Amino acid sequence: MTRTTEKPLTGNMRPDGSVLDLPAYEQAGGYQAIRKVLSGGMEPKAVTAEVKAANLRGRGGAGFQTGLKWSFVPLGKDAPNPTYFIVNADEMEPGTFKDRLLMERDPHQLIEGMLIASFAIEADIAYIFLRGEYTLAAERLTRAIAEAYDRHYLGKNILGSRYSLELHLHLSGGRYICGDETGLLNALEGKRANPRTKPPFPPVVGLFGKPTVVNNVETISCVPHIINHGADWFRGLGRTKEAGTKLYGASGKVKRPGLWELPMGTTAREILEEHAGGMRDGLKFRGLLPGGSSTPFIVEEHLDTPMDFTEMAKIGSSMGTGTMIVLDDQTCPVGMTWTMTRFFARESCGFCTPCWSGLGWAERILKSMEDGRGQPGDLDKLAFQARMWSPGNTFCALAPGAANPLQTALKYFRDDFERHIGEHRCAWR
Amino acid sequence: MLTAQEINEIEQEAAHYPRRDAVSIDALKIVQRHRGWVSDESLRDIAEHLGMSPTDLDSVATFYNLIFRRPVGRHVIMVCDSVSCWIMGCERMQEHLEKRLGIGLGETTPDNRFTLLPIVCLGCCDHAPAMMVDGDLHSDLDPQKIDRELEKYK
Repeated sequence: MTRTTEKPLTGNMRPDGSVLDLPAYEQAGGYQAIRKVLSGGMEPKAVTAEVKAANLRGRGGAGFQTGLKWSFVPLGKDAPNPTYFIVNADEMEPGTFKDRLLMERDPHQLIEGMLIASFAIEADIAYIFLRGEYTLAAERLTRAIAEAYDRHYLGKNILGSRYSLELHLHLSGGRYICGDETGLLNALEGKRANPRTKPPFPPVVGLFGKPTVVNNVETISCVPHIINHGADWFRGLGRTKEAGTKLYGASGKVKRPGLWELPMGTTAREILEEHAGGMRDGLKFRGLLPGGSSTPFIVEEHLDTPMDFTEMAKIGSSMGTGTMIVLDDQTCPVGMTWTMTRFFARESCGFCTPCWSGLGWAERILKSMEDGRGQPGDLDKLAFQARMWSPGNTFCALAPGAANPLQTALKYFRDDFERHIGEHRCAWR
Repeated sequence: MLTAQEINEIEQEAAHYPRRDAVSIDALKIVQRHRGWVSDESLRDIAEHLGMSPTDLDSVATFYNLIFRRPVGRHVIMVCDSVSCWIMGCERMQEHLEKRLGIGLGETTPDNRFTLLPIVCLGCCDHAPAMMVDGDLHSDLDPQKIDRELEKYK
């Protein structure tokens, strides 16, 4: 296999960190997939079928089948008009830094993926919903979109076909909850980003009440490669039953924090020990969050598990975004849990009571433990709160996400919590 | 009153959406870019321009953390306090910033040069700890590097 087929998403990126502009992207084979679709006479349904056959699953963390999501959109002359396609570029899951790379270094790959996805769902208008703090990505996407319009990859009658698409970049005003699919829709409508009740689901009733698909940056960046090389090729890239490559990352006190495109299903141990170089000298591994702050801790006994959606669920965790956060033995697990709970408490949209009330309560309990004021019974209170954040008790995934690290920290690092209470101090401070 | 330039920029955004009030966040950010923050007067002007009630627009303005409803300094420092930066020592960075500037989170220096705010994960976790000053990302921070970087913002 050539280098580009092994690392389809990042293989063409320039090592110096500069952006792949339109001529460079075209030279590397870019915009051939959309030509294949438009000039080759592929029907929208055939595009969706190919993506479905490729077993592409959502890289934002939820792992929903991308082709299946597209297939829910009503097509044809009687379908509601317009239809929208949105890329969720609101990367804000703490510990996650993968979509930023894709947008800063190869924005045309994302635009081409958006074109193909939009064609498949017969979208008329596409938006990129980008978090406001990603200023370099905004600058590079703005230029890339202008380049694509100039070369008739966007706009009316793309490449001389009957297909037209308008693409617009929206820069967000902040807040983690905008990354929730329906919170994002409200934000894009100029409202507060409170998540909506489901059903109806966005592919049927979405932005401005019209059919809308929302997909993650990494997910959509895979699409041109699936069209170019086929579903079988894409499925063959994974080491497990799951398909493609994945951008895996590691942060925390490892020797080489970073980001690597590896076959889907690479084990947590390989990522941690080979790619991240293991723990810094003098530090021992205690646990890690596999893919952002919303994923449950795993510990040593789980490290040989392949990092894919299915296998991580089997051990009671979740791959999430695939960028792991590593806990070492010189860092306080109670403090780390407090930091994450503070994040969720601050970012709650304020709509559901278990979330806006409970998260703040738990945050204060954890802080009091860190300050040496923990009380007997606090661990039961924390466990009760985390149960209250279960799916179904709130509208969206924020509170269930907050429960994941807290519940597993209480399970795997219980001695540390009890020691904080018993000794009236944090031993790491 | 909104300036012609502000109105022009707002209208350019509005062309991309089926409803005028969809650009409320864009409009707030446009006015903030020109004036540093969104005053009550600006808020009323934007609301009138978009055909919204000032109360509706303020409920939007106060929801989003990148929109400032109070005056800020010439430069806004946003220091990441999410989990990866916390592991890598962001609390010490924050303490250093507070001591050097003589202000706490949410405050502005008396010379109006800096406002200090916390921010969620900046997506720079492999080069933690990180902060953002105006639009610029600064990573692999230590107190000396913070001092050097801040000198660039007058």
